[in-house]
Amino acid sequence: MISELFTTTVLIGILASGIRLATPYLYAAIGETFSQKSGVLNLGVEGQMLLGCFAAFYVALTTENLWLGLLAAMIVGAVMGLAMAFVTVNLHAQQGISGIGFYLFGLGMSDLLFQKLLGTVETVKGFPEIYIPGLSDIPGIGEIFFSQNILVYGAFLLVPIAWFVLNKTTLGLKIRSVGENPDAADSLGVSVARVRYFTIILGGTLSGLAGASLSIALLNVFQQNMTSGLGFIAVALVYFGAWKPAGVLAGALLFSMVNSLQLWIQVLGIPVPSDIAVMMPYVLTILVLVATVSKVRTPSALTKPFERED
Amino acid sequence: MRTRMSALFDALLPVIATLAALAVGAVMLLILGVSPVTAYAALFDGAFGSFNAFAETLVKATPLLLVALGICISFRGDVINIGGEGQMIVGALLATWVGLTFTEVPGWLIVVFAMLAGFLGGAVWGGIPGLLKAYFNVNEILSTVMMNAIAVQLMNFLLRGPMIDPSQAQLASKIPQTARLLDEFHLARLAPTRLHAGALIAVGLAFVVYILLWRTTLGYRIRAVGQNPHASRYAGIKTARYMALALILSGAFAGLAGAVQVYGVNYRMITDGSASGFTGAAGFNGIVAALFGQLHPILSIPASILFGALLVGANSMQRAIQIPSALITALNGLVVVFVVSSEIWRRRRQRRRLAVAKEEETPGRPTPPEVQKEAAR
Repeated sequence: MISELFTTTVLIGILASGIRLATPYLYAAIGETFSQKSGVLNLGVEGQMLLGCFAAFYVALTTENLWLGLLAAMIVGAVMGLAMAFVTVNLHAQQGISGIGFYLFGLGMSDLLFQKLLGTVETVKGFPEIYIPGLSDIPGIGEIFFSQNILVYGAFLLVPIAWFVLNKTTLGLKIRSVGENPDAADSLGVSVARVRYFTIILGGTLSGLAGASLSIALLNVFQQNMTSGLGFIAVALVYFGAWKPAGVLAGALLFSMVNSLQLWIQVLGIPVPSDIAVMMPYVLTILVLVATVSKVRTPSALTKPFERED
Repeated sequence: MRTRMSALFDALLPVIATLAALAVGAVMLLILGVSPVTAYAALFDGAFGSFNAFAETLVKATPLLLVALGICISFRGDVINIGGEGQMIVGALLATWVGLTFTEVPGWLIVVFAMLAGFLGGAVWGGIPGLLKAYFNVNEILSTVMMNAIAVQLMNFLLRGPMIDPSQAQLASKIPQTARLLDEFHLARLAPTRLHAGALIAVGLAFVVYILLWRTTLGYRIRAVGQNPHASRYAGIKTARYMALALILSGAFAGLAGAVQVYGVNYRMITDGSASGFTGAAGFNGIVAALFGQLHPILSIPASILFGALLVGANSMQRAIQIPSALITALNGLVVVFVVSSEIWRRRRQRRRLAVAKEEETPGRPTPPEVQKEAAR
């Protein structure tokens, strides 16, 4: 039975769905990378994603326009980010705990809206696959990389963009300096508050997008608590990837491939307890955190509110 | 006089934060086209309207209080334990195993051992992230969240396989649940309601935790490490050890909450695949209760009753006027946000008081110790 895993069709299937499943992790974790680079731990990602999931799904269902759904998810995520920014930047609230508050809010709110506005599980026709001319015809490779929907391509494009912005632009320099040494940045005239507002709202927007990618591009349904911990994993991926977009990409792929493998094991009926298989990515994350944490340096000002010395 | 007024204001901050959250909830209800007065009346009635309703409130408050006690310890030690859900599950699993394995032992002894098993299971599940934080510098927020996910899968695996009810194992449906605990193993009921002895255990432990935190060296050191790790290390306290201990103890109380749920309410474990299916999200809501109780074990008692009441009231609100109880989850989230945000006013006033004290201070006179203590916070 194990040998069934190694037929070409199955391997291609595993890799293709692995690439697809990396999408929500990538959006959310790249967004979180920006906010953590600037010194803010946003633990409300899961809640932002859930509200994004619902907003995208509901708007897409009622207007029959997927792009409006996407926009709605991003706006909802941005508004949640704005609230988080106010609470952490202006009110200096403990970031980890307020993040849990935003998570609970998103969890309850998306459920409430779902029950009040929809009531039953419905489906939408999500973003269709886009076959890249020429490339999608390559056997195997084409099916894995070049026959995905637009949000999948967008997620992978985001990685080099994030790297470029963080490392090659003035904005990136400001973000990094605010996360490493806010006092110095402040004395050089960088507004710590403004940079953090920007990164937290950007993170929220991308989390909303991550939610949308689940509800109108990958699964095409909405259910209560449908992210089931995905947002928390996205936060862990930032540590996992050592605050580098490429590292985050590696972590997201590792996670999604293990998940995809686990799904295929169930589809093929291979007698490995699925619960144990589902558990593996989490165990792996902890082990990787243990292995890497001593070698990587956290942004120095992470979780520390900035207060000007008067 | 001024100090007393501001102390009163400090104590009222969480209440104000909760009222603010309820006000936001009222706006949400209006948008949904429901009168907030009707909704909150239904909520209040469901939580306190009858003897039975109040007993239900206390039943819901019990796991919240136990989790909150653990949170008081860990947050005071500046260790953020988000792993209450997983710790409850593992504590419950171990306690259930004790009750299902040793059926020949007298009932009271099993209950004692089961509670200890719950305590131990939670301690182990909190201890892993605790040790990883203390000795490998792994962020405990992340590792406790991961441990939650692992615990859920462990529960699903055990309840579908090794621990499944033998009678279910023969059926095609194979409902993932354990066998029922023998009647003599159940925690005693306190009244002709579902209220059980676990509530008394929780209240008793609140006083134990108070003594632990403020009357023992262990508690003093946990708090010292939480307030100022550098100064504590300088004073010769092994900070890593006390961070780990804070998370171990915190997990232990959550594990006990899990054991109490099984022996006092459900009498078996059953899973719907999610953590909240077993815990009812007490692992998270316990954090809300502890924050509301200002991380004080005794104040956590009324705080837990309040949030237990919200949960029970939410269910009856759903039945009476079809407002999904998810509203309360959202409001709990807002309470957390508002409470941690309102801390800024407390800190500001503290600083002002400190400044005043400094001005009044004559040269050469040492700063009063209370002020120094507050300055360290």
